[in-house]
Amino acid sequence: MATLKELAKVEERFVGGHRLCAGCGHGISVRMVLNAAEDANVVVGCATGCLEVASTIYPYTAWNCSFIHSAFENAGATISGVEAAYKSLKKQGKIDKDFKFVAFGGDGGTYDIGFQSLSGAMERGHNIVYVCLDNEAYMNTGIQRSSATPMGADTTTSPAGKVVPGKQQPRKDLTAIMAAHNIPYAAQTAISNWQDVHRKAKKAFDVEGPAFINILSPCPRGWRYNTPDIVELVKKAVETRFWPMYEVENGKWKLNYKPKKYVPIEEFLKPQGRFRHLFAPGNEHVIKAIQKEVDERWLALLERCGETPELPPK
Amino acid sequence: MTPFNRNFGQGGTRKAISPDMNWRELTKAGNIYEPGNSASYETGDWRTIRPVWNKDRCIHCLICWRYCPDASIISTDGKFDSFDYKHCKGCGICAKVCPVHAIDMFSEDEIDRQEEASKNEK
Ligand SMILES: Cc1ncc(C[n+]2csc(CCOP(=O)(O)OP(=O)(O)O)c2C)c(N)n1
Ligand code: SF4
Ligand code: SF4
Ligand code: SF4
Ligand SMILES: [Mg+2]
Repeated sequence: MATLKELAKVEERFVGGHRLCAGCGHGISVRMVLNAAEDANVVVGCATGCLEVASTIYPYTAWNCSFIHSAFENAGATISGVEAAYKSLKKQGKIDKDFKFVAFGGDGGTYDIGFQSLSGAMERGHNIVYVCLDNEAYMNTGIQRSSATPMGADTTTSPAGKVVPGKQQPRKDLTAIMAAHNIPYAAQTAISNWQDVHRKAKKAFDVEGPAFINILSPCPRGWRYNTPDIVELVKKAVETRFWPMYEVENGKWKLNYKPKKYVPIEEFLKPQGRFRHLFAPGNEHVIKAIQKEVDERWLALLERCGETPELPPK
Repeated sequence: MTPFNRNFGQGGTRKAISPDMNWRELTKAGNIYEPGNSASYETGDWRTIRPVWNKDRCIHCLICWRYCPDASIISTDGKFDSFDYKHCKGCGICAKVCPVHAIDMFSEDEIDRQEEASKNEK
């Protein structure tokens, strides 16, 4: 693994002057992923969402590499088209340089509206990397719930009120769905462990064929936590097993981190305003339901990874 | 701040872009021909708190560089060099992740007041 001293010498591909909010997780995630491409030529595609809107305000671009904007729902199709065109031009001898192709999409653009175009791109086997920047809601349009929004979260379309305490449904497990496409590489990672992000991004760029990475990418506006605490908060997501770090390489599931002890889900929920109502008397059952979901998913994941399905010691 | 005065033109034309321009004069499909030109758009004035580096404490681990969302920590030869205050938005993440507390956050208002006071003393 390269050291930060070495990695800091790689040319910056996502530069300052973009208009993401102060402390936005997307800036961190994108910089980490693109840094792992080291000195390769990179073409970036991007679904509409905060990242695209904030980074390409005409006549400025924060992308210090080739970049193509797509609509909200077709980043997967767009980047596969670019890759296919490149392959053809290469065959015809019109391009000699090597390129890598990566698309970024938000959870709305990936779990929901861009899902079919992503699924198609994966099935066709393009040599691309798709990175989902999961901030668990449609942030760019004002915090609407998506299928990645956790149960109990207060969003503008799943408002916490007297009768309904936030979103009613648990999250969709997109990483597992992508793994079910039998692609060479699918992984879930978290910025609290930069080495894990770096290793997975590097692997995704290196494998031949499609690769998918899901990154938990907090939004201080939508999650309503103290902005400087982002790394601590993501660490809590991992320690509570809300966001497990794992990878599926050629069909083989591997857990990358196992918390030493049982950390209750409250530790992840409590610092965030979107879950504040869950701590009011009468809403204990929601926290219980979230905990049950987390524990059940953890046991199923351990089983898939060939580990003994047991919860960490309390 | 230097808005609208870089090379945005197609095929190397150096025509400046201004709000009163005709749309036909804009680049085709809104293409931008200069990678990374957002560097000329300054977001530093968003900042209400400012990170300040304590040179003596710094161990040059570059964890701050890794976690800055705005690429506003400049490193030279694998060492912390300086903050890019033209773009730093003052999110405070670098100060929080620094393992040896070599970054402190100060209120911009307070810094302004102190600068004003020291000017008046002279
Ligand atoms: C077809 C279509 N529907 C709706 C929109 C409006 N829209 C733009 S960004 C966005 C939300 C993006 O959410 P997500 O993909 O989660 O990215 P985030 O902003 O949260 O990073 C929406 C609804 C659009 N651009 N196109
Ligand atoms: S609203 Fe959230 S996701 Fe969008 S730029 Fe701001 S912090 Fe980032
Ligand atoms: S994190 Fe702290 S110690 Fe490390 S380089 Fe930055 S300022 Fe120096
Ligand atoms: S305060 Fe935020 S934007 Fe400024 S240098 Fe630190 S991490 Fe970067
Ligand atoms: Mg989102």
